[in-house]
Order: sequence, then C-alpha cells, then structure tokens
Amino acid sequence: MSDRLTRRRCLQLMLTGAAGMSVRLYAAAATGPRFLLVFLRGGYDATNMLIPYSSSFYYEARPTIAIARPDPAASNGALALDSNWALAPVLRDSIGVLYQQRQVAFVPFAGTSDLTRSHFETQDSIELGQPVAGARDYRSGFLGRLHGVLTGSHADGAAAIAFTDALPLSFRGPDPIPNISLRSVGKPPFDDRQVRILSAMYAGHPLEPAVTGGLELRRQVAQAMQQLSEEMRASSRDALSIKGFELEAERMARLMRDSYRIGFVDIGGWDTHVNEGAAQGALASNLTGLGRGLSVFAQSLGAEWKNTVVVVLSEFGRTFRENGNRGTDHGHGSVYWVLGGSIGGGRIAGEQQPLERATLFQDRDYPVLNDYRALLGELFRSMWGLSTAQCAQIFPQTTPARLNLI
Amino acid sequence: MLQRQFKPLALRLAGAAMASGAALALVSCAAPASRSASTAAADALAPLRHEDAVWLERTSFGLDSATVADYRRLGRAGYLEEQLHGPPEELPAPIAAQIQQLTAHEADPLRRLQELQQRRKAINAMAEGPDRDQARKLLNDEGGQSAYRAIRLELLRAVYSPAQLREQMVWFWLNHFSVFQYKADLRWLILDYEEQAIRPYALGRFRDLVLATLEHPAMLQYLDNSQNAAGHINENYARELMELHTLGVNGGYSQEDVQQLARVLTGVGVNAGPAPQLRPELRGLYVRRGAFEFNPARHDFSPKVLLGQRVSGRGFAEVEHAVTLIVQQKACARFVSRELAVYFMGDAPPSRLVDAMAATFQRTDGDIAATLRTLLLSPEFAAARVPKFKDPVHYVLSSARLAYDGHTISNSRPLLDWLNALGEAPFGRQTPDGYPLVASSWESPGQMSRRFEIARAIGTGNVHLFDAEDGGTATTSGFPQLSNRLYYEGIEPFLSATTRTALGQANSPQEWNTFLLASPEMNYE
Repeated sequence: MSDRLTRRRCLQLMLTGAAGMSVRLYAAAATGPRFLLVFLRGGYDATNMLIPYSSSFYYEARPTIAIARPDPAASNGALALDSNWALAPVLRDSIGVLYQQRQVAFVPFAGTSDLTRSHFETQDSIELGQPVAGARDYRSGFLGRLHGVLTGSHADGAAAIAFTDALPLSFRGPDPIPNISLRSVGKPPFDDRQVRILSAMYAGHPLEPAVTGGLELRRQVAQAMQQLSEEMRASSRDALSIKGFELEAERMARLMRDSYRIGFVDIGGWDTHVNEGAAQGALASNLTGLGRGLSVFAQSLGAEWKNTVVVVLSEFGRTFRENGNRGTDHGHGSVYWVLGGSIGGGRIAGEQQPLERATLFQDRDYPVLNDYRALLGELFRSMWGLSTAQCAQIFPQTTPARLNLI
Repeated sequence: MLQRQFKPLALRLAGAAMASGAALALVSCAAPASRSASTAAADALAPLRHEDAVWLERTSFGLDSATVADYRRLGRAGYLEEQLHGPPEELPAPIAAQIQQLTAHEADPLRRLQELQQRRKAINAMAEGPDRDQARKLLNDEGGQSAYRAIRLELLRAVYSPAQLREQMVWFWLNHFSVFQYKADLRWLILDYEEQAIRPYALGRFRDLVLATLEHPAMLQYLDNSQNAAGHINENYARELMELHTLGVNGGYSQEDVQQLARVLTGVGVNAGPAPQLRPELRGLYVRRGAFEFNPARHDFSPKVLLGQRVSGRGFAEVEHAVTLIVQQKACARFVSRELAVYFMGDAPPSRLVDAMAATFQRTDGDIAATLRTLLLSPEFAAARVPKFKDPVHYVLSSARLAYDGHTISNSRPLLDWLNALGEAPFGRQTPDGYPLVASSWESPGQMSRRFEIARAIGTGNVHLFDAEDGGTATTSGFPQLSNRLYYEGIEPFLSATTRTALGQANSPQEWNTFLLASPEMNYE
C-alpha cells in the first residue's frame, strides 16, 4: 500500500466514522439465513476424514496410516457413507449422526487452483477469494464482500463477526467487522463514562470504528455470555462441563442465534507431517473435537439451525501417499464439509473421480474438480437469493456451481 | 505551561514523589504535598524534537530515560553506530542478576536432550499408576519452566538492555525464523536457540544466521528436517527455508526446487546419542556439533540442481553451497530488506528505499548492520511521514518501559500474560510464518479493547510485576507515575487536543495513566 492509499483509506474510515456508521453490532434478532465459515489452518488430511475405502490404492499408498474399511458388524469403525466413501470412526457419533439426518454433505476434490502448496499463500488466496491469476488486493476478503453485498440489499440481516483474536483476511473490506475470541470471556473493565472518554480520544481517527466497536462488543458479549451461563446453570447443563472447541461453539451459536448472520472461526494444528495416526492419533483427536463442537453448534442454534449453513474448509489436502515419517505432506485437493439444518445433505456432492495412481494430480495429490469459489458462490446465492451481479461482486469471474445443496 | 487539570489531590502528591528526579514513583502512600506536579516538567530537559522522538521510538522498544540520555549525548549518527555494534550490556544490577541466573541453567541442547531421553526411558519403565503420572507431570512442568526462562530472557533484555536495536533484531529474527515451543522437545531447546543461534548473529551476516538456525536442533525438530532422509523425504523445512526464511513466496523457485532442496537437506538432523556406525567411505563426511548431526548414511548423494544451478560439494558441503546459492539471490536481498523496512517503518515502505537496502545487502554479502544503516539513516525513515501502529509487543514493552523506567520487574509473568492476551507471545506462533508485521493484523476491534484492558492493568498498578517469580509477596506496590520527566521530554509535547481533553477528565491518577496508555499517541510510533 502506498502512502497515498493509506491516506485515502484513513479518509474513508474517518468518513464512515463521522457518518456514525461504526462497527455493525447486534442486528435485530430476526430469523433468517446465517453462515459460519470454519477454517482448518494447516491443511487437514481430508483423505483420513472421508476415507476412499473402495480404492485399493489408498491402502497401498498408506501402509501405516490408512483407516480400515468399514465393517458392517462393527459399531466403532469407519462409517460407510456410500459404496466409495466412509467417515472417520471418531466422527461417527457427531457428524455421522447429522449425516444420517441429511444435515451434512461432503464435497471431495474441492479447493483452489492456487498451486504454491504454501500454507500461508494458499490460506491468503482462499480468504481473499479473488481470481488466482490476477493481482491480489489484500484489502478485500470474500466474507467482507459478502457483507458488503448484504448490507446493500438485506440491511437488517448482514451483521458479521469473527470469533478470533485478530481479524481474518476473509473479512477485510471497507466496513469494519468486529472480532472477539470466545475462548475466555470475562466482565468488561470500563464503565459507561470511561467508554465515552476512551472513544472520544479516537474521534475522527482512522481507528475510531475499531475502538468504539471493540468497547461496545466487549460489553455486549459479556452480557450475552452472562445470560448463557445463567441459563445453563438453571438447566443444570453445566454439569456436563464442556470445554475447548465445544465451549467456543456453544458461545458462537448463542451470538449467531441472537445477533449475527455471518461468522468466522479458525482452528489450527492440522499440519500432520509426522506421526499423523490413523483411526486414533493426532488427526483423529483433532477431528473428535471439531465434530463434537459442530454438533453442539447445531443443537445450540435451536430453531435457527434450519436457517444456518456451516462450511468447513482448509487451504489444501495432503499427499495421497504417506511420507517417510508416518505423516503426509502438503497436497492439493481437499474435502469440504457443508452442514445445515435444512440442506440436502446425506450425500457426497460435486464432481468425483476414481482414486488410482493414474488419476492423482501430479502423481501425488487429489485434483481440484470443485472450485471453492463456485461452491461458496452457489451457497450464498441460494441462501440469500443473490443476483448474478451480486455473486460476481463476491467472487469475480466465477460461475456458481450446481451442487443443489440448498 | 501545564495544561492538565487534575481533580484529586492525590495526583499532585504523586508529582511530588517524582520531583527527586527518580524516573518513577510508585505511589503506595501519600507523600507530603510540598511541590506540585509541574515540578517534573520543570526538571525535564528541553523536549526532544518530534522527529527525534519518533526515530528513537522506532529504533527501540520505546523511550526510557537511559535511551533518551544516550541519544542526547551521542547524536543520531553516533547513537546508531553504537547500537549497530551492540553497546556493552550494562543492565541494572537486579536485572543482570536475574539474567545471570537464567543463563546459568544448563542450556546446551546435547545435554538437555540426553537428559530428556533418560528421564523418558525411566518413566516408560515405571509401572502404570499415580507415580508414573506424577513423574510425567513433573517432566512436563520442567519443560514449561525451561521455556519460560527463554521467554523471560527475551523480555527482560527487551525492556532493560541499552542495546535496544539488537534486542529488536533478536525479536525480529526469532519471528523470521519462528519456532513454536510446544512442538517436539522445543521447550528444552528454545533458550539455546535464542542465545546461540539468534542473538550472536542478529546484527551480523545473514548467511551465518541462516546456517545457525539450520544447524539448531530447535529448527530441525520444528520443521521436521530431523526426519528428512534419503528415501524418506520430508520437504517441510526445505519449503519454508526458501518461502519464509530467504526468498519469499514469489522468490523465483518452483516445487521442483523445493524437492531438490529437500534432497540436499537429507541427513541434516539431531542426534543426542552415540555417533552411528558408518561405512569407511562415509566416515569422513560425518559432521557432529553438539546435538546437531549431518549423517551421510541418511543423505541422498545423487546430483541436484537448485535454482538452475548444479549444487556442488558432497555431503554437508552441499548444504552450505545451497544456502550460499539461495542467500545470494536478488530475491533474497529484496525479501529480507522489505521485511526489515516494514518492521521498522510500517506497512508501506517506499520501494526506492527497499531497493537501496537490497543493494547494500548484496554489496556487503548480506551484512545486516549495513543494511539497517541504509534504512535508518535514510531521509524517508527520518521523515516518518506515516505513523506506525505498534504491534502488541511494541505496545506492551513500550508501556512497561515508560511506566517502570528505572524500576526492576521481578516477575515477568504479567508481561507474558498480556502478550498472550494480544496473541503475540514469544515462541507462541504455531505456524512457521511468524507473527504478521503489518498493522492491519493488530488493529481490529477485539485487539483495541484488549489493549485498553492492559492499559488499565498497567495504569492502576494492579499487575504483580514486582512480586517474586516464585509467587512470594511484592517488594513494592502501587501504581506508576506516568507524568514523569520522560513524559515531558518525549511524549507530552506531541499530544493532540483530544488526548489532552481526555486526560483532563480523569478522576484519579490511575485513570489518568489508563487514558494516557490507551491514547492514539501511545499506540503509534
């Protein structure tokens, strides 16, 4: 960014601040579409989550980390989803149940045409959601553009939030989006008078929206979490003492149920180069927490779950073959998850191909047959009834896919 | 001359305690009110020029009395030369004592890894049960203490060392060659990594720095190269070595280059045990320095082409040649120069300045001090036209340097807690890209409200920085007096009208401190 652009951005931000449009908080608690993006950072090994059990090459390529074929007699092994694919055993009780209720679909061979195989490069390119070939504009992420489009056409239903310590690239854009991590939430330290004085110090400053929004969000989240814990106490559900991502998921659900339409959360720790494990082990324990958290999220949204769509994605898949260290290296195509209370789930969606040595991309990875921008573009279009022009604003040079999940 | 209108008498009393010239008064009880707060202002030297204040803030972790005094004594060019050569580490005696205690612990990776292996073997030999669980927990706790020693060393030096530029570069390189304490045995290795692989080379030659990290067990474990062997290729380190450490993601290398470099790096690993039995023709190629090992039996000896050039040498000489090849690339000079410029100047350094730095870098064979001289003496840097937003580390450390100037922090835990809360703790970045350097990563609403909470914690003094590390009671308590001499020399003259208005509305000195630390002026440099 040049100095000139910085100044222009400052001016823009100052103008929005002066016009009184600070961070958009707490929309009316109306019913309506909600979208949560769950970003698995590190490139999760999709091949050991959605197991291509009909491929004998899978078992050849992964001598120590393959997950055994589903056994109809066993109740704790991989769960067959169709004649080709099975679900990792650790997801049976969470995602498996939702799948049987047709509330989950998987899209294998999904991803981006970015081929750097760099975590950071590919995460950035996905979050920006711009055509891979062109120059990148780091000030514009695809959720930021979705928010912009919905602000124009669905003014009461575009409130967005990132459940993260820092604002993710996906939400970059002209509108400031609030962020707050829900791992721990305590009482806010400032009273109304102090909030007024602190905000006044930033009047007319480029950070004014961030400052006023941050202080206000802190207050509101504390209030909402207070309510949540009182309700839990009243129903003695705290006896279950959930923690980790499940606890975070429950808090996210509360905020999205009552106040937000577009959410983002990320989870790290998926870069399994060494000792990845198979049915049990490092990847399996990560998947366990993720699956349980998503179940909790679905339950806690209550009636709004039927209006909600969750997409779980990662920057890339991993090598089809295991490496020399019982792990896998950076690959290409991945498997995306689509969840929702009223999606047409219970199926494996999108373009597919058999998995043999000859069909691997560059003799090492899943190819990408289902572009993530087309996939997300179709979901957004169906959820909010967007026009072709609006879709093109969010994902330029992309035609929405036809997976018909909604 | 004094604009501030303090409501409570307490603050006037606070000013009196300042007047002796001590850099800071911790107000735990009221002193006799014989002089007003203006005394601190009267005692201060003429304020710094704004340009000098900003230059000094950017080349340090924030102003403190000693830094300002050095700068006034030596002038900018003289001060910079002293900083580039690393001034003698004259620390306040209690801090020097803490640092000596921290470094006295056995840090040599070989000994640490050998000890770890023995301990783990002993634990595995124990019968399942509470005793074994207890032994496991003990070992795990020791890992935590070991990592915390490395973090304390970094933080204490950053707050107190007169070699402020070097300490900033230590942070910068630890972030550039980032490792994550919770992987493998790293908690036992990072102190040595910081002390032996990073700090000695922080202002030296870039190639030496790359090789020092390449030979360090912390890096080899973190990016899995200790597992990279002929026939069992692991390309993790090879990729990041080019993408993150030297060339940058668009630095002109291909997936094929990554695979070639991974093969060059086969056999580069960690060994805390006895040397392997080798065939006679390989013995001469075996390299062992502490726990670092190059094992030719694990090396792929087939010919390799990297970045269009044949890699020469055999065995570890191949690795050294590959590193030389990489760091001599123009892309490397540019990538490193740009990162440095962003770190010191903010998100958008002028490309002409980056070009000039890259030219120096190439001309001097990657001399970091020379490259920094080009940057820090440039008119563009001095002009500081665009305010630079402080990342959490600069925010927390500069607040601590202002608030506790001259006082000895005996407990570093609160500093670490704040950095954790803001998401920029030392050795806490899970991914090898290090923390982002650009402002946009740190100025979100969630970040700002957290910052204000930390401003409040520091401003009200309820922070336990002066408790003993072992949980003993505080040697002193109370809140810091921020309207000190340093404040009048380097901060007060440049406050905006809105900040002055906010300060004027403070109901107590603690609140005044909080507002000052939360102000735009304290969040930018």
